[in-house]
Amino acid sequence: MMLEVNNLHAYYGKSHILQGVDMKIGAGEVVSLLGRNGVGRSTTVKAIMGEVPPHGSIRFKGTEIAGLPSYKIAHLGLGYVPENRDIFPGLTVRQNLMLGIKNPRHPGKWRLDDMLDMFSNLKARADTAAGVLSGGEKQMLTICRTLMGDPELVMIDEPTEGLAPIIVQQVGDLIAEIARRGVSILLVEQKLSIAMRISHRVYVMGHGQIVFEGTPSELKDNEAIRKEWLEV
Amino acid sequence: MLELIVISSLNGILFGMLLFLMASGLTVIFSMLGVLNFAHASFYMLGAFFGFQISRWVGFWPALVLAPLLAGLIGIAVERYGLRHVHKNGHVAELLFTFGLAFAIEEVVQIIWGKSPVDFRVPAVLDFPAFTIFSTNYPAFKMFMLLVSVVIFLSLLLVLKKTRVGLIVQAALTHPHMVAHLGHNVGRIFMLVFGVGTALAAVAGVIAGPALVTQSNMAALLGPILFVVVVVGGLGSLPGAFIASLMIGLLQTFAVSINTSPASLFGPLDPAWATTWLSDIWNVTVAQVAPVLPYLLLVLVLIFRPMGLLGTRET
Repeated sequence: MMLEVNNLHAYYGKSHILQGVDMKIGAGEVVSLLGRNGVGRSTTVKAIMGEVPPHGSIRFKGTEIAGLPSYKIAHLGLGYVPENRDIFPGLTVRQNLMLGIKNPRHPGKWRLDDMLDMFSNLKARADTAAGVLSGGEKQMLTICRTLMGDPELVMIDEPTEGLAPIIVQQVGDLIAEIARRGVSILLVEQKLSIAMRISHRVYVMGHGQIVFEGTPSELKDNEAIRKEWLEV
Repeated sequence: MLELIVISSLNGILFGMLLFLMASGLTVIFSMLGVLNFAHASFYMLGAFFGFQISRWVGFWPALVLAPLLAGLIGIAVERYGLRHVHKNGHVAELLFTFGLAFAIEEVVQIIWGKSPVDFRVPAVLDFPAFTIFSTNYPAFKMFMLLVSVVIFLSLLLVLKKTRVGLIVQAALTHPHMVAHLGHNVGRIFMLVFGVGTALAAVAGVIAGPALVTQSNMAALLGPILFVVVVVGGLGSLPGAFIASLMIGLLQTFAVSINTSPASLFGPLDPAWATTWLSDIWNVTVAQVAPVLPYLLLVLVLIFRPMGLLGTRET
């Protein structure tokens, strides 16, 4: 098992945001975490990464990681792409990608040149400041930067938010490609389109807890769940 | 007149570069920790006193290396065992911590070296005039100070722009969480930056000590000017700190050498006014108000451009 989350609680001040989340992700699996805004999806990944103090058990490849500092969690092989597309605006695209490498002496399976070859628009702008990229390009860059660290599981938070449909398609293709190369994925999404297309399993969250677990087709058939927890 | 301009420019640039050695560390530490380190000038003072003491034992040249190293190690310890713990309690606690630290360092320096100036002399090898212009002998030690500051400035730039550590520091200035998520130990980077920043201030202390006065009030004398530099340049902006350092260095050295007063420009006051308080103002020279000028600049910048020359923050 790649990631096992058991009875995870998290708080913002006095607000009890996560109220006992249970979740599992297997090796090579693509799992989506769905739900409306404010139900605790982003908080779940933040708690896993140690950005929000977690209470409960989080095991990554069998190692308990709850309470570890973020950089140690990253070194164990857990990658995180936050929803706000935190590129380093003053650095070039190439420098951004280089900072994704954790240990320059042991580069992973994703090479800088491969990455630039995969995305012609990033290649054309390799030496320009990342701050001037479009929203879609920034999203591609943050995902690629995390991949440079050779993670075994990547958690991607809302990658398609605010992007044009054609770019959403490209981001979806990239995530599918990551999965094809054997990396496990936890995709946090509000929209169903990409999640239903590429996921092996989906979780639906409501009020800080998991309210549904199943395959995309099971979710498609479960109108009650969709109505109560997903549709706006 | 030309003599005045050349000598004042040289002195101004020199003072400016010294300020930058200190301001660079202060502004980078501010960017990372989000708090002004009130004790920064104290590390400049520590540098001067360590430099003085080590010079007595093993000579000036080892002191130039050892004193900043020692001050940097103390800086690292302050961050690791002090600031990092205080950080959890918010910025006010951090501010008070550095404020208290400044007093503590001053007291310790006074206990060890006393209140009067110590005899920190220019090393004999550099105790000669470098060149003579317009009948003024320009001391070689001042040229040496300029050289050290320029070399450090260029190395700092090179490290920040060209090395991996420099890139990580740049990224961590604005996005510390993201840098940690990519697997970099941000705590260690902060500690390193604090150590390098305080060591740079100490370098300024070692080279300024023999040229200026090495005394336990030197931190208190220089600290306020340092804040002016950092605020005028824009909190957190390294290029801003560089420009502001040179600006204030030049402003102060030029101001102290100008003996012009309204009286000398427009002639003496009417005898009817000459006995009133107005005559005091009329006869004040630019040199006399020179110490106030940086603070005047600070006030003007805060009114008209609160984020500083090159800063991006509003506060």
